[in-house]
Amino acid sequence: MYRSNVLVCGGTGCTSSNSEVIIEKLKSEIAAQGLSEEVGVIRTGCFGLCALGPIMIVYPEGAFYSRVTPEDISEIVSEHLVKGRIVTRLLYQETVSENGEIKSLNETNFYKKQMRISLRNCGVINPEDIEEYIALDGYAALGKALTEMTSQEVIDEMLASGLRGRGGAGFPTGRKWALAAVNEADQKYVCCNADEGDPGAFMDRSVLEGDPHSVIEAMAIAGYAIGATQGFVYIRAEYPIAVHRLQIAIDQAREYGLLGKNIFDSGFDFDLDIRLGAGAFVCGEETALMTSIEGKRGEPRYRPPYPAVKGLFGKPTVLNNVETYSNIPQIILKGADWFKSIGTEKSSGTKVFALGGKITNTGLVEVPMGTTLREVVDEIGGGVPDGHTFKAAQTGGPSGGCIPASLIDTKIDFDNLLAIGSMMGSGGLIVMDETTCMVDIAKFFLEFTVEESCGKCTPCRVGTKRMLEILEKITEGKATMRDLDRLEELCYYIKENSLCGLGQTAPNPVLSTLKYFRDEYEAHVKEKRCPAGQCKSLTTYYIMVDKCIGCTLCARNCPVDAIAGSVKKPHEIDKDKCIKCGVCMDKCKFSAVVKR
Amino acid sequence: MIIVKTLAELKAIKDKVRRSVEIREHAEAETKILVGMATCGIAAGARPVLTVFVEELAKREIQNVMATQTGCMGDCQYEPVVEVISAGKEKVTYVKVTPEMAKKIVEDHIIGGNIVTEYTIGAARQ
Repeated sequence: MYRSNVLVCGGTGCTSSNSEVIIEKLKSEIAAQGLSEEVGVIRTGCFGLCALGPIMIVYPEGAFYSRVTPEDISEIVSEHLVKGRIVTRLLYQETVSENGEIKSLNETNFYKKQMRISLRNCGVINPEDIEEYIALDGYAALGKALTEMTSQEVIDEMLASGLRGRGGAGFPTGRKWALAAVNEADQKYVCCNADEGDPGAFMDRSVLEGDPHSVIEAMAIAGYAIGATQGFVYIRAEYPIAVHRLQIAIDQAREYGLLGKNIFDSGFDFDLDIRLGAGAFVCGEETALMTSIEGKRGEPRYRPPYPAVKGLFGKPTVLNNVETYSNIPQIILKGADWFKSIGTEKSSGTKVFALGGKITNTGLVEVPMGTTLREVVDEIGGGVPDGHTFKAAQTGGPSGGCIPASLIDTKIDFDNLLAIGSMMGSGGLIVMDETTCMVDIAKFFLEFTVEESCGKCTPCRVGTKRMLEILEKITEGKATMRDLDRLEELCYYIKENSLCGLGQTAPNPVLSTLKYFRDEYEAHVKEKRCPAGQCKSLTTYYIMVDKCIGCTLCARNCPVDAIAGSVKKPHEIDKDKCIKCGVCMDKCKFSAVVKR
Repeated sequence: MIIVKTLAELKAIKDKVRRSVEIREHAEAETKILVGMATCGIAAGARPVLTVFVEELAKREIQNVMATQTGCMGDCQYEPVVEVISAGKEKVTYVKVTPEMAKKIVEDHIIGGNIVTEYTIGAARQ
């Protein structure tokens, strides 16, 4: 029985900023002070506030230490854990009230508006200890389903909850299960899509790192509902921590009899295996994913037949995403009505977002559906840093689109995002300010799709390449208005004719930026100008004669000797020699160098 | 090896582990038991006192009470000093607390709601 628990974040973000070293140091310092029997050190999953990592919370006081370094550990142990004096200089400032007392984390702006269902155990339990999961109602939902409910009742509960697929498309989970349940077969499968590939998205990784048992439990429930005895988690090999913890969790579940034969004495058998993906984006598409599990090259195929009819190894299969699964045990335990009461009418529950880009609190947040983008960006995210202004947010990664500042009060749910030309996607949310060029952003995502197109169908393989070429022309100032029309035409052609979701959604970043920021495209084409000053070919550096005092600093730092001028006389940049590296602008102490 | 076959067996694991996880929810407890654990308190034997509080609270499944340490409270001659702070009530300060006294404080004060007057700093000063 520990009098104090020290929780250290062991998510990928904090691990990469040294939390492993911190944990080792903590344990040895605690042992040196003779406190090993009194103070427990627990490595948890992601707390969400990645921008402040490495993060540590000391309970029972709830002291939230941020940006902890290994050098801070002896002070934390000797002051806080031995003498009860909180190390105030390391506290996350938001958690300290005016009178110097510690406020609850739930009162901080970052956590206040969040509601954690999918992430409820992340940063709370030790993901490598099944008993801690059980202590917080773990496997009670599986027990309830197997001992008190029929398969049909489980499906009915899922249907009534209104849970929709969190992988991006938003297909009702209950309907997917019902379809697979009615198809008779000697063998059925349950699969989990953990092939999270959108740039900047790490929701699924965090769930698997912080609460792997919730996914295992939900997959067993799905197996019971549709009559499957075998499950596969398809996870990318680039997620080593998640793979490691998931394997530990599967082994523990087997050891406790929660996977395997005759679970809860109900006669129901279910087991689970991991399949590693090599990191191809297209393998996140359901048919490609299953082809890859079968050991073949990961390419999509035409649908129908849908996986519920003919899926893995030609058998009826249910495939859901990690975040979708992580909601399910709670729905079974607390009931569909409870879940339905959260969120909006057509999108019940919550959604996890990975906040990134030009935002203060980079990290992982979970909010009820229907929360506005403004609340997520300004309140939870802490707004755009460095005095810049919000320009747009990108949701849905390479398949999604952007939401401009004028629509910042949009309530985020599946249908509202579709209506404004974006999509929920898996949950990446990238914030952009006025220094972001929207053509450049569209180009970035197109480069990604061109790289990741599997090449099976022509519209995607050739079409996206042609789109990228036009975008390159635009950013280089070589495009005409005719190119802009052709780009748009190509978008619709690719959307309509591609084989799978990757190609069908690849033009979205271009279409949505064209819709909301057409003027930026036209500035590039007609005026050969990049309004955000990001496209190198279209920007020119000048020295303002009235501000330059002739200190020669820029000239001495220019890597190509493009700046001429004598001491105490205004300098000048030779445009033909200039490579637009921006060093002169960074070095100038008088803001005399400008970019146009 | 533990094989879970019934909901009751699952609940048994839950109840066993629940206590050690619960401490992570105590930050918002309405009642706080603070044990002075600066050098003076530790020297006077505050550590076993805190351990008794933590164990008693867990054993008796008392919710919404947090037992933790704090720094020096200034009355070093009276260490180990223990403060019980409940929302909306006056703070109670116990002095020269021993593990046995700690048990009685949990029993009478925390559970029964009756301050153990003879242990308080007021009684000690008389």
